[in-house]
Amino acid sequence: MEKAIIELQNINYTYHNSEKKALSDISFKIFPGEWVAIIGHNGSGKSTVAKIMNGLLEANSGTVFINGVKMTYENVYDCRKNVGMVFQNPDNQFVGNTVEDDIAFGLENNGIPREEMLIRIEDALKRVKMTGFETREPARLSGGQKQRVAIAGIIALSPKVIILDESTSMLDPEGRLEVIQTIEELHQTKNMTVISITHDINEASRADKIIMMNQGQVDQIGTPDEIFKIGLELVEKGLDVPFSEKLKYELAQKGINVPTEYMDEERLVDWIWKYLLNT
Amino acid sequence: MLNQVLLGRYIQGDSFIHRLDSRTKLLATFFFIFIIFLANNWVTYALLFAFVFLAIYLSQIPVNFFVKGIKPLLWIIIFTVGLQMFFTTGGTTYFQWHFIQITSFGIVNACYIFMRFVLIIVMSTLLTLTTPPLSLADSIEAILKPLEKIKFPVHELALMLSIAFRFVPTLMDEAQKIMNAQRARGVEFGEGSLVQQIKAVIPILVPLFVSAFNRALDLSLAMEARGYQGGEGRTKFRVLKYGKHDVYVFVAMSCLTMALVYLRG
Repeated sequence: MEKAIIELQNINYTYHNSEKKALSDISFKIFPGEWVAIIGHNGSGKSTVAKIMNGLLEANSGTVFINGVKMTYENVYDCRKNVGMVFQNPDNQFVGNTVEDDIAFGLENNGIPREEMLIRIEDALKRVKMTGFETREPARLSGGQKQRVAIAGIIALSPKVIILDESTSMLDPEGRLEVIQTIEELHQTKNMTVISITHDINEASRADKIIMMNQGQVDQIGTPDEIFKIGLELVEKGLDVPFSEKLKYELAQKGINVPTEYMDEERLVDWIWKYLLNT
Repeated sequence: MLNQVLLGRYIQGDSFIHRLDSRTKLLATFFFIFIIFLANNWVTYALLFAFVFLAIYLSQIPVNFFVKGIKPLLWIIIFTVGLQMFFTTGGTTYFQWHFIQITSFGIVNACYIFMRFVLIIVMSTLLTLTTPPLSLADSIEAILKPLEKIKFPVHELALMLSIAFRFVPTLMDEAQKIMNAQRARGVEFGEGSLVQQIKAVIPILVPLFVSAFNRALDLSLAMEARGYQGGEGRTKFRVLKYGKHDVYVFVAMSCLTMALVYLRG
């Protein structure tokens, strides 16, 4: 069997100022090249999991393996080189005064020589389609552009895994699409492992695998088809369902006999065409 | 209120002064402020003014920017000049009322003080107008480098400076937003008695502080996630380089100093 790039084993975590466990007994594996979405309602522990995977938080018990290596206090910085992370607020993670300075920040931290930096910055900007913005200041960029710069900062470090911690939640629909398309391209061209933590169910439906969290525990792991099949039960767990699922529900209310399995928009359109042609 | 702040304002340009290395500019400015105190007669002050005007001309920045720089400090200047004028004794006395007197020495001294103020303000304004804040922070780091030997945290200071510079516009925007939000709820700024005006500041200050704390938390997390482990073992993206222009400045400064020493009475 293929080796997992990130493996969590029986992780428990409690924030020091709270009584409740933020995570209890979390275990899952993520394989190279996968696109994994972690979904769950507010306070289900999604973001905590992300920080544990990156070593920003240390679990109370349990182990994290990055690329087969057990993460310890001593090797956390080496492990972190494999895992890049893009955060929620585009303003608060912009360290540099200009776009190129910001991308250079991570490279400087890792002691990359300057000549190499210039090449990597140019390449990273090209990948996120921000060439020509090198000397722009953050105040003069849109939210989506800032997030793309943040992604470029991660790409320049060429990690194996990129974690998006609700990176699109503060963006307008346009910026959100830009960011998702950028990630999709990276996923395909660089075969990067993507872990996206999200509220946006449409973003989650693009993933290969969905990890659903509830009350600090892993509720279910499966493909989007498997997860969305449960349909309206998702709503009871504080989650939304994809648009196609809602439409199916409305059609069922009107007495139309819709299939039970999950269909994305394209498949639903096909089904409706067939349905109409047959009646 | 907020857009009048001249601190850290940089005007893009490609003049002689703009192309200088920022370390040269910073050191030259400090040196200039220092040698202003060498001047003690009209000829030397005239020389200094000529030098400053030459610098302004070379920077190709309109003079009214410098006037704007002087304006906020006008009251301090008037106060100091007034003190000199009314309380200096010696020379011919033109007017006397109790201990307040206007003497020829007083007038001359007041003029000198006024000129010193103008020279210092114009020169430091010139520095900030022609140097991007970030390269200013870089040059401070470069200049303070020797202090590392006595365990002075030079890298940390430089990082703090550059982050502070980077967040000035962000926090200004936020302050403006908070002000508007509070106005929408009926808080009136800049009106009423002094106590009322001070009280009106609290609904801006508290949210601004809280959000600054949150920003700091987010930023430190993002920095750590990108492998920041302190100053050691870091490479630098921005490099400072001396050019031949910097030599001209060095020569000009030396000539000016010698001329001042020769001409001072």
